[in-house]
Amino acid sequence: MDRGLYLLLLTAWSAMATVPGSAHAQSTGEASALPAQQPQVVEPAVKRRDIEPAAIDTENFEAGAFVGTVSIEDFGSSLLYGARIAYHFSEDIFAEATVGSAKAGKTSYEDLSGAAELLTDSERQFTYYDLALGWNVLPGEVFFGGKRAMPSAVYVTLGAGSTNFAGDDHFTVALGAGLRVLANDWIAVHFDVRNHMFDSDLLGKSKLTQNLQASLGVTAFF
Amino acid sequence: MDLRSGPGRGFPATFSIERSASIELLRQRTDWIKVRTGNGREGWVHRAQLERTLTPSGAAVAIAGPQPEARTEHRWEVSLGTGDFGGANIVAVSGAYAVTPSLQARADVQHLLGNYSNGWLGTAGIAHVFAPDWRVSPFVGVGGGVLTVKPKATLVQAEDRTDTTAYAALGVRGFLTNRFLLQGEYRSYVVFTSRDDNEEIDEWTVAFTYFF
Repeated sequence: MDRGLYLLLLTAWSAMATVPGSAHAQSTGEASALPAQQPQVVEPAVKRRDIEPAAIDTENFEAGAFVGTVSIEDFGSSLLYGARIAYHFSEDIFAEATVGSAKAGKTSYEDLSGAAELLTDSERQFTYYDLALGWNVLPGEVFFGGKRAMPSAVYVTLGAGSTNFAGDDHFTVALGAGLRVLANDWIAVHFDVRNHMFDSDLLGKSKLTQNLQASLGVTAFF
Repeated sequence: MDLRSGPGRGFPATFSIERSASIELLRQRTDWIKVRTGNGREGWVHRAQLERTLTPSGAAVAIAGPQPEARTEHRWEVSLGTGDFGGANIVAVSGAYAVTPSLQARADVQHLLGNYSNGWLGTAGIAHVFAPDWRVSPFVGVGGGVLTVKPKATLVQAEDRTDTTAYAALGVRGFLTNRFLLQGEYRSYVVFTSRDDNEEIDEWTVAFTYFF
């Protein structure tokens, strides 16, 4: 770019330098002989320019939010909300980071006994993150009405992360499956089902808890 | 060149572009590029087909994507991993920068989730990959970091501890494709505790790595 500009400036300067000369020649009446005989002052620097093609917008990141319900084992079902960010490595494989939060309800025992509270208010907060790999196992199209065909994919995910519940972090394995439908080129709607599994010894003995989540979300590709 | 209705190999080809027609590139998603023809048709073309076309000046079109050379020429690696740290489960995120194809600067953050305590471990170190151009190659590494351990709420003892630590590592890595690696690693940690004795901890991890 700099070099190009320099060349252009140089050309302009040489042109200015030659113009008065030729004007003078014309005034002395030698104009007809001059252009053919005079050695060329400015060598035309014709150089093929490399065209730098405009970068295409690559849209492999996907970010968005979701709402749904989570059934926290022994603590009923609660409203859940969260956020997700994904990176698509190829048309088949993606990595996904998810965070979610819900407020656990009461166990049946707490409801029946009336008074005994197993957890404090802050300990009922159910917050998780997980890092997962996903596979678009059934790519395809869905049809909405008679005129719209939207690209879609049924995917499965396998992830590991941590769930903070009852005052502790628990190592969590999350298995999921979902349907992603692209409403247009950059907006996708997700329906997602996930099982967060972690060991808990909250109710006396240690057991593997299954916490099922169903959610609906919207994401944007960028 | 075939235009498909969506960015994937399963989508039907709805239109074919003839030789010497000009197209406009609109956007790229993974290996697929959305193009528009002169008469306004839009569709998705695979990178491999587009790489055989030319720009108006006659140069080949360069499209971002994984090439076989990326195996030895890449600079960055990002990994997601899981494993075992002295009995605790791990969730690990790590990154590496290739100073040369065989010498890497690495850093990672690990969330440790055990039965009796939880913690965080952050480390930085270097690694030497013996044969970066081989499909499967061993590597060794050393590094150091900080370990924070917090006993679980259901236990009544001990306070949080933060100690420095150092490790020696031995691992194997193998290319799955031109963009993915699978790495298995063993690290032997020495934790420099404030007590009389240092603590030794073994760690095993498996990580899925993307390189670019």
